[in-house]
Amino acid sequence: MSRAHPALTGFLALSVLLLTLSGCFTNKQNQGQRLYAENCSGCHGEQGQGLAQLIPPLAGADYLAQHRAELPCLLRQGQHGPMQVNGVLYNQIMPGNAQLSPARLTNLLNYIESNWGNHSPAPRTIREVEEQLQACGEAH
Amino acid sequence: MPRLFLIVFFALTAAFSACTSAPEDVQRLPILGERDVRPRADGGPADTVFATAPAFQLTDQAGQQLTNQTFAGRAYITDFFFATCPGICPKMQGELLKVYKKYEADPRLVFLSHTIDPEHDSLSVLRDYAQRLGVGPAQSSRWHFATAPKDTIFHLAKAYFTAAMPDKTAPGGFAHNGTFALVDDQGHIRGLYDSLNPTEMTRLQAEIPVLLAEIAGRRTASGPTATAK
Repeated sequence: MSRAHPALTGFLALSVLLLTLSGCFTNKQNQGQRLYAENCSGCHGEQGQGLAQLIPPLAGADYLAQHRAELPCLLRQGQHGPMQVNGVLYNQIMPGNAQLSPARLTNLLNYIESNWGNHSPAPRTIREVEEQLQACGEAH
Repeated sequence: MPRLFLIVFFALTAAFSACTSAPEDVQRLPILGERDVRPRADGGPADTVFATAPAFQLTDQAGQQLTNQTFAGRAYITDFFFATCPGICPKMQGELLKVYKKYEADPRLVFLSHTIDPEHDSLSVLRDYAQRLGVGPAQSSRWHFATAPKDTIFHLAKAYFTAAMPDKTAPGGFAHNGTFALVDDQGHIRGLYDSLNPTEMTRLQAEIPVLLAEIAGRRTASGPTATAK
């Protein structure tokens, strides 16, 4: 066994450090995905595919772009009554999610809006979401 | 004393039959539920009476009356849901839809979903729900969305080993689990599957053909009246 090259040792040490550090952020980074799995995927599907004409899809849904500013309120308060998504009229009740803070809503929406063929112009900020929540009297 | 003797006798019989069961029996699905042993009047070996689904009378989305007779001679999969359920129902009905798609044109297997919210889920609500799920009027006898008085439904849910009860704290007002029951041509429950568990759904897919083969075997054995597909 020859001694490891100093550069290699340095590289390894750096990698370990980075891996350890990334552990600190992993949770936050995947919060949107986790929140989706916990709160949304039961109805909207693991890939945002929806369910037939009962539950609207989120994947490639025109509704997301058309109603972007209203989505924080929709998630917080739920949805009642008919809504049209990709040309199909849906009419189910979606329960509200009073427990989702503006920060969580932000991460959740950013996850939905950047997956399954969805492309939002820019990620949402918490501040933006807080402002949008005021429209339905849900400032916090 | 004679009762004790009987018990020992049955225990021994059961123990021996376990030893001698042929390998092909491994493929046979169990019969679930309480079983009853009835002594025969002539003193011969007692009959084992296996549990069956209780007698029922339901109405489906097409307004058709359903009884046990509607399903006699065929296997069916049954579950409990309600149309406005925001909790597990979409996931559950989505899973049943996958199975349905596979057997849509196969008359040997029928689908039966009971609403646990008959007050809201009128026939027109059930019709709309079925249609939205992709079960049109032409397929209403392939997948029944059925209603009955509330007591009947909760009694049936229990009989099919599904927990279902009104609960104000649960999403939508009813607490229930996503159990599917697989019932054979004679009304015996042969399998229970948790629709929220992918492994269980794989097991259901694997066990349906086993049951269909058993039923086909019974039909062939029952003589010329059998109409094997």
